[in-house]
Amino acid sequence: MRAPRILRTLAFRIVALYLAIFALSAAAIVGFTYWNTARALNAQTDQIVDSEISSLAERYQRFGLAGLTSVIVNRSAHSEATLYLLADSDKRPIVGNLDSWPNLVPISGNIVELDYERRVGSRTEERRARGRQFTLTGGFLLLVARDIAERYQTEKLFTTTLPWSLLLMILLGLLGGILISRNFLTRLDLINRTSREIMAGDLSRRLPLGRGGDEFDTLAINLNRMLERTERLMRGMRDVTDSIAHDLRTPLNRLRNRLEGVLHMIGPDAAGASEIEAAVEETDHLIGTFNALLLIAEAEAGVARESMEQVDLRGIVEGVAELYGPLADEKEITLSIPPSGSAIIACNPRLVSQALANLLDNAIKYTPAGGKVTVALEHTPAGIALHVADSGPGIPKEDRSRVLERFVRLEASRHSPGTGLGLSLVAAVVRLHDAKLELSDNRPGLRATLLFPAPTRRHSALPQMTAQKLIAHN
Amino acid sequence: MRILVVEDDLEAQRYLVNGLREAGHVVDDAADGEVGLTLALSRQYDVAIVDRMLPGLDGLKLVAEIREHGNTMPVLFLSALSEIDDRVKGLKAGGDDYLTKPYAFAELLARIDALMRRRHPASVKTQLQVGDLELDLLTRTAKRNGSAIDLQPREFRLLEYLMRHAGQVVTRTMLLESVWEYHFDPQTNVIDVHISRLRAKIDKGFDAPLLHTVRGAGYMIRARA
Repeated sequence: MRAPRILRTLAFRIVALYLAIFALSAAAIVGFTYWNTARALNAQTDQIVDSEISSLAERYQRFGLAGLTSVIVNRSAHSEATLYLLADSDKRPIVGNLDSWPNLVPISGNIVELDYERRVGSRTEERRARGRQFTLTGGFLLLVARDIAERYQTEKLFTTTLPWSLLLMILLGLLGGILISRNFLTRLDLINRTSREIMAGDLSRRLPLGRGGDEFDTLAINLNRMLERTERLMRGMRDVTDSIAHDLRTPLNRLRNRLEGVLHMIGPDAAGASEIEAAVEETDHLIGTFNALLLIAEAEAGVARESMEQVDLRGIVEGVAELYGPLADEKEITLSIPPSGSAIIACNPRLVSQALANLLDNAIKYTPAGGKVTVALEHTPAGIALHVADSGPGIPKEDRSRVLERFVRLEASRHSPGTGLGLSLVAAVVRLHDAKLELSDNRPGLRATLLFPAPTRRHSALPQMTAQKLIAHN
Repeated sequence: MRILVVEDDLEAQRYLVNGLREAGHVVDDAADGEVGLTLALSRQYDVAIVDRMLPGLDGLKLVAEIREHGNTMPVLFLSALSEIDDRVKGLKAGGDDYLTKPYAFAELLARIDALMRRRHPASVKTQLQVGDLELDLLTRTAKRNGSAIDLQPREFRLLEYLMRHAGQVVTRTMLLESVWEYHFDPQTNVIDVHISRLRAKIDKGFDAPLLHTVRGAGYMIRARA
């Protein structure tokens, strides 16, 4: 299962990372403060207890057990916070403000902690104290401790509240992260959607600007400037092809008109008529080359992007194959189209038909009689593949990329008719559709594959990379 | 037939006008869009030939203007632009056909004939006949001299188109555009192969061929005069 999209945004990841670092440092700072305070407080308690003990010890040395007892009685009567207990070697209490020898929890050395009960008003409460125990000469046990109940309470508060506060902080942080990412996503979605529409052909569109003048607006402004330049370049390209088209077609038109006029004047059977007919044919060949070049220029300039429509490739394949079927029959070539489902792609049907026609024409032209030509559609993980495979001589590996260049004709085909632009046009059409053209070995023969990328969801901001990953995982 | 020619390249215009007159048409000419519009709106024509790029008033606007005045005469665009979208733009603006320069005069003539024929359909026919060849458009069957001819659907459409334009030259491009609805260059002359198959079906074994090749132009179906 994939995480929801919002959790995969960069904004969210940054927030989550920041949150983790923040939570860790907060916990560390609070923990250190707690540890340090506790240490200081303990030290203070231990110090008080120590001085108490040293004064008691002095008493004991000077006045013996009786002296010690009277001091303890005296002191324990006046002190609530300090506990005293003197007991014999069997832990039977002799004097002090504790009723019995308590359970001692050793901390370090002779430092201990203990729980005891203290009467507060009418009820008793369990409290904690910290102190030292000694064995006096004569086997008597002396315990002196100070109440640390308040500190203990604070400590407990710390240990129970801290995890909850951290949890709350993380939750609030995540919520904030989601809100920020949502905001990011909305704006990115807008930019992505608009760019996709622009790429699909509408070059006059611009990215919308927010009011804030933030980084997104700066990005949008820069992209818009880029779009303006692109649009200007495209318009320039179109103007150039238009004027080339116009300036070359007009004289070519006159030339052809005149030749036809002469032919008409002298009649088809006159001497020289066949020469003029040949000249007309040459003109037509020239026009064909010129048209193909212009079409390549147009396809490469992306002019035809504006006329993209959703078309079933299956229909185009069947139509073009039907057109070329009799030609294959005549050469005794089997033209087969294995059945396949429909394959809807966004394309310029005229250009794709022309590209397929060029490939099929080549395949039939170069396949000897008795051979086989196959036009197949295939749904692959990477998109829709259109194969045109023949059983002809194929193209040597080292020449495969060269044949896609303009006017390149291999030695073997130099004497058959053609402009040398057929495959270049296919390559240009392929580029226009963001597709791929692959020439491979059909063993024997040539296999040309047009790979149209799988349509990405139009209105999602899924980056190209994840789209490819999605495909790869399918 | 009265034809209006709006073309700013004077040499092309002269050639066009001469050719059309020689073919027996009455021709008016205009060298810019404004004059063309005035002529189109003040006189009756059977067809107009309009260049796409004109001084004064652009060809597209000229035709759009004519259409706005409720004038439905067939219009054929001539254009030195071959942009892929251009044909669509032309037809959207109200043109009925579109021919890219340089064109063969025979192609232009054949298209004009077809346009005018389309304008005056000789009633809705369910049966076409050329000589002893009959085509039944309802049962989709063909017969020659009483015996049935087995035709593929595309062959039927091809024959139907030829017979609807019986006695007229039909060019290869016209066939590709009308029968196959393709507007691209098929490289090899695939149409010739389709024609020769059709010819084998309808003319083989008969003394008088009906399907003729017109040199330098295209094909024509015609009974012996």
